[in-house]
Amino acid sequence: MDHNVNFDLTPHHMEAGLESPVDEEGVHDSFNQLIEDQRQEAFELQELQRELDEEERDSVAYLSSPGREIWRGGQGRGEEGEEGRQLDPLIEERWSSATLRVLSSMPSRTIGRSRGAIISQYCNKTMKLRRRRQSRPSIKDFSRSARPSIRGYGVETGGVETDGVDGEGRKRDHLVNNLQNLSLSDRVRMLRAMPLSVAEKSELRRLADRKGLRSKHSQIPCCSQLKYNIINALRHSWYSCLSFLHSLQLWQVALKRGERQYTPPRLTQGHVAFSGLELLTGGGYFSDSVMYYGYYSNSTLYKNCSISSSGMDQQPSHSPSKRTMETDCGVKLSYNMPLAYFFTIGGAFFITCIILVYSMSKSFGQSFRIDKSHGILAMKVFTSWDFKVIKKTSVKLRSENICTQLKELLEETNRKHVQKTVCQRIGRVTVHGLAWFICIGSTVACVLALYYFSEYMHKDLQYRSRIPTKDPLLKEASLLALPVVVSLINLLLPGLFNATAWMEEYDSPSVHTYVSISRNLMLKVSVLVVLCFHWLGRIASDPNSIGLQCWESFVGQELYRFLLMDFIFTILDTFFGEFLWRLFFSEGSDLLQHPGGDGQRKIISLLQEQIENEGEDKKFLITRLQAIHQQKPPFSPRRLTSQASQDSNG
Amino acid sequence: MGNKQTIFTDEQFEAYQDCTFFTRKEILQLHGRFHELAPHLVPLDYTNQPDIRLPLALIVSMPELKENPFRNRIVEVFSEDGQGNLSFNDFVDMFSALCETAPRELKTIYAFKIYDFNVDNFLCKEDLEKTLNRLTKGELTPEEVNLVCSKAIEEADLDGDSKLSFSDFENMISKAPDFLSTFHLRI
Repeated sequence: MDHNVNFDLTPHHMEAGLESPVDEEGVHDSFNQLIEDQRQEAFELQELQRELDEEERDSVAYLSSPGREIWRGGQGRGEEGEEGRQLDPLIEERWSSATLRVLSSMPSRTIGRSRGAIISQYCNKTMKLRRRRQSRPSIKDFSRSARPSIRGYGVETGGVETDGVDGEGRKRDHLVNNLQNLSLSDRVRMLRAMPLSVAEKSELRRLADRKGLRSKHSQIPCCSQLKYNIINALRHSWYSCLSFLHSLQLWQVALKRGERQYTPPRLTQGHVAFSGLELLTGGGYFSDSVMYYGYYSNSTLYKNCSISSSGMDQQPSHSPSKRTMETDCGVKLSYNMPLAYFFTIGGAFFITCIILVYSMSKSFGQSFRIDKSHGILAMKVFTSWDFKVIKKTSVKLRSENICTQLKELLEETNRKHVQKTVCQRIGRVTVHGLAWFICIGSTVACVLALYYFSEYMHKDLQYRSRIPTKDPLLKEASLLALPVVVSLINLLLPGLFNATAWMEEYDSPSVHTYVSISRNLMLKVSVLVVLCFHWLGRIASDPNSIGLQCWESFVGQELYRFLLMDFIFTILDTFFGEFLWRLFFSEGSDLLQHPGGDGQRKIISLLQEQIENEGEDKKFLITRLQAIHQQKPPFSPRRLTSQASQDSNG
Repeated sequence: MGNKQTIFTDEQFEAYQDCTFFTRKEILQLHGRFHELAPHLVPLDYTNQPDIRLPLALIVSMPELKENPFRNRIVEVFSEDGQGNLSFNDFVDMFSALCETAPRELKTIYAFKIYDFNVDNFLCKEDLEKTLNRLTKGELTPEEVNLVCSKAIEEADLDGDSKLSFSDFENMISKAPDFLSTFHLRI
């Protein structure tokens, strides 16, 4: 195919193509015509892909620069003006984009988004959609002087209405005609997306339906479509289930092989009777139970590599000491169990922590997001209000949140403009310094207190272990003292930090948040360091002094106690601290407010509201009745009210 | 067991289904809600399309709208007379345009109308100030409000007339990822 392809888009060539003697309309086209059509379709598809598919329009990458939009809009308008001229003899002149802008700001044209403008815009849209849906645009649609140019966006002004009502009526008929020729789903989609009132839309629909067929078969494809979707979804889930089971199989084999290699120590029966205290302390009856039973041993595993035996028959041997042994082949392969446990558990905790923090911040961020992208102040003003929120407290929260975000954004942009005097700056620094001093001081004080308290408890435990215990339960209960103290510290000190933050003055809320997070983190880390020293430095170094064979179990029990105490304290704090506080003391509540006066006030306001509503209803009824009376004199008002009462009863 | 009354004809249902984003059941639900706003005014039988309009005060007493700072504007935009008196068609239209499945373009048009307090087809500084005051319920100082409004117009205004036309607004909204989910009234 090496004939000369002509891309000159002038009407002359188009007409030439149409008027060629060989051209049997609709049956045989020349190659030129074919290529032109294909090109037009491609252009149209491109344009329509961008304009009519609402989902694709959301892609930010496309709509990245405002300059481009102007070009498209302006260009579109210019082109549309031209196109409109070709297709519709009403448009006499060619409007440039600047002229159109001026036109759009004229008062007569800016009374709402006039119906005529909407109709003409949708008329063009349906035309385009019709053309897109057909495999090849029919030649009848091209008038003699049709220019196959890029069809721009519809004119959004009332610029089309040069004849007033007449023009609108004609455009309306045009729109109805286009709607008729669309497929049913396209018609519905177009109708739904029009920003007209429901009454007008149903009128358009009625006119469009008058000639068009309306088969009931539209319902059946919907049902079968649903059925196919369900079947596909089920099949897909079944396949993924199967593949998951198959993948499990692979790991099972490796795990079983690993288990066979290592024989666990024997489980001994516990001699201590069960008392309720075990649930809190994790010791006693639980200490010899499966809770502390595992593959752990504080030995190091070795692999014997003797030359006589084959590589597959290696049996691991235990060695009581942690020192390495010389082997025949000179290569030592050891597996230090305590270290392995430590790193595995530590790693698991760390990863869980990261996942939790990430998912929490993400879900928090969805409702309390502070964006950092460009040009967002305007966006924040217009899109941050969630219309779904209906509860009063949520509304209040949301508006506070928006306020915070706006302040944050303002602060970002205004940082350079604000000048503070030296005095103010020194004052602020002093206050900040004081606050930090208080926080760090209280943290250090608590840490020291914890250190000495843990030493005291340790000594107490040593004492109790040496003397035969009359009261083993008391010994178990005394283990709870340290967790309680730590939980109290973790609860009360952040409150103190909050209080000191009140007196400070921050530029932006995010700095405030980061500061308080860092203070809390500092507290938690120091408490953790002290506890680790207590466990590893005191208990692990000399487990026999408190009568332990295995210090690791004791530390495990300690962790259990700490977790449990923390949980109990959190529950209590949530209940007493938050719930009851909110119930009685927050401003939204009215439980503790003065009952007499408030009740009266409430009744009065209710009555007022009722009277107002009734007054409105009466006024409304009177006006309606008057209107009806004026329209139809024989119609008596009494019949209306009796009918209304009948309706409400029935 | 009362007498079963037809509320809408089949043709009316089809018209509603084609012109709005609601199903038959949802239209009936909406009618129920409309009726319970003023049981003595709103007839149960809509087959002959009575022209009953409810005033603004009744509509904004609905729980979905009661706490919304823009409730008056929303109802005014969808009313025929611009005063907030809604017929059932307008009522359905309001919830349809603000429902989950409404397309972005439609929502943008109505959002623009809602935020345009003085109905001059532009979002000028006063409109923005009113919007902001309703959003923050007076928590921002006047200087901050002024600053936010001028900055917002500066950012979004593309044709340099110090107010936002519909195309400026549309361009700005197209960059907002959560516009569709926030501009959504649930019923």
